[in-house]
Amino acid sequence: MDVVLGIRLKDCTLIATSKSVTRGISVLKEDDDKTRILNEHNLIAFTGEAGDTVQFAEYIQANIQLYSMRENDIELSPKATASFVRNQLATSLRTRKPYQVNVLIGGFDTKTGKPTLNYIDYIGTQAILPYAAHGYAAFYCMSLLDKHYRPEMELNDGLKLLEMSIKELQTRMPMDFKGVIVKVIDKEGIRKIDV
Amino acid sequence: MSDPSSINGGSALAMVGKDCVAIACDLRLGSQSLGLANNFEKIFKINDKVMMGLTGLASDVTTLHELFRFKNNLYELREERKIEPSTFANLVSSTLYEKRFGPWFTGPLVAGLDKHNKPFICGFDSIGCIDYAKDFVVSGTASDQLYGMCEGLYQPNLEPEDLFETISQSLLNAVDRDTLSGWGAIVYIITKDKVIKKVLRTRQD
Repeated sequence: MDVVLGIRLKDCTLIATSKSVTRGISVLKEDDDKTRILNEHNLIAFTGEAGDTVQFAEYIQANIQLYSMRENDIELSPKATASFVRNQLATSLRTRKPYQVNVLIGGFDTKTGKPTLNYIDYIGTQAILPYAAHGYAAFYCMSLLDKHYRPEMELNDGLKLLEMSIKELQTRMPMDFKGVIVKVIDKEGIRKIDV
Repeated sequence: MSDPSSINGGSALAMVGKDCVAIACDLRLGSQSLGLANNFEKIFKINDKVMMGLTGLASDVTTLHELFRFKNNLYELREERKIEPSTFANLVSSTLYEKRFGPWFTGPLVAGLDKHNKPFICGFDSIGCIDYAKDFVVSGTASDQLYGMCEGLYQPNLEPEDLFETISQSLLNAVDRDTLSGWGAIVYIITKDKVIKKVLRTRQD
């Protein structure tokens, strides 16, 4: 029941992930970060099968960074990054043991100057969305975001919207997910925000 | 429930008119009951006179779109000409049958005009059996409803404008009876000198 939420705003993308790690009825950790930095302007947030998630995210991270090293410090765009990740998951789906990982990729395209949010599930379904969530969180958040989201929102409006979503999840979800880590991707790069 | 070809939902159809063909699809992308996106187009351009529709598992729709774009590019480089719709249909068929015992979960459609501007449409099952038709072909989660609408509304030799009305009404009324389809629609009319794209206003539930 991990929470992974993303909102694309006017000139940045917000990513929020829950801090709890659970196994069965136990909470094992309450300061977990379910994101990995792929390059200066791309962040991957993930949920899914326990072992697969970190393994997959770090494999992607390594490959994206390898690309930059080989190509003379050229950064892979959000679109290319998302296509690469989708291709990995779609290929993995038809193997003996597919990666069961769902991801959101928050990015900022330095060429076009636009923020992006990519939704990709373990099947390889890819969608570019204004706001997205994986798992049960999506059921509670989407209607709220449908009503309040505006494409021209600035960072602080986005954070208010995020706060509304988290509040809704805290009241409706059966489990305490120990709050969220919020990260912003904009033209300056990736940074953590205290909430 | 966990049938791969009905996880994401979506429908498409193609129709033959007088010296023209039409191909249309809805725009929904879902994850079971949850709607994810209302801009997921399922019709792709192959060249100026050939288009294909891909419904079913969204992952395979994307993968196959990329695969056929790649194969078509190689064809154009090798042959130095545009592919004929019937030739492309056979390319689709053999590509799907390659995965006979672990298929792509899609129901493709091909629509276009051949070198004499004669209309051509066909559909496929997931392992590449070609369904040649001289009137209409349907595909997707609303295929039952689409068959019903097409049987009722279709008539041969329609002009492009009338064909547009017929295919639009067939699609719209079919997807409104399917929970997994809808959320917008797009229609393409292919004539000998141009392709017209029209976005339809639809129910948003």
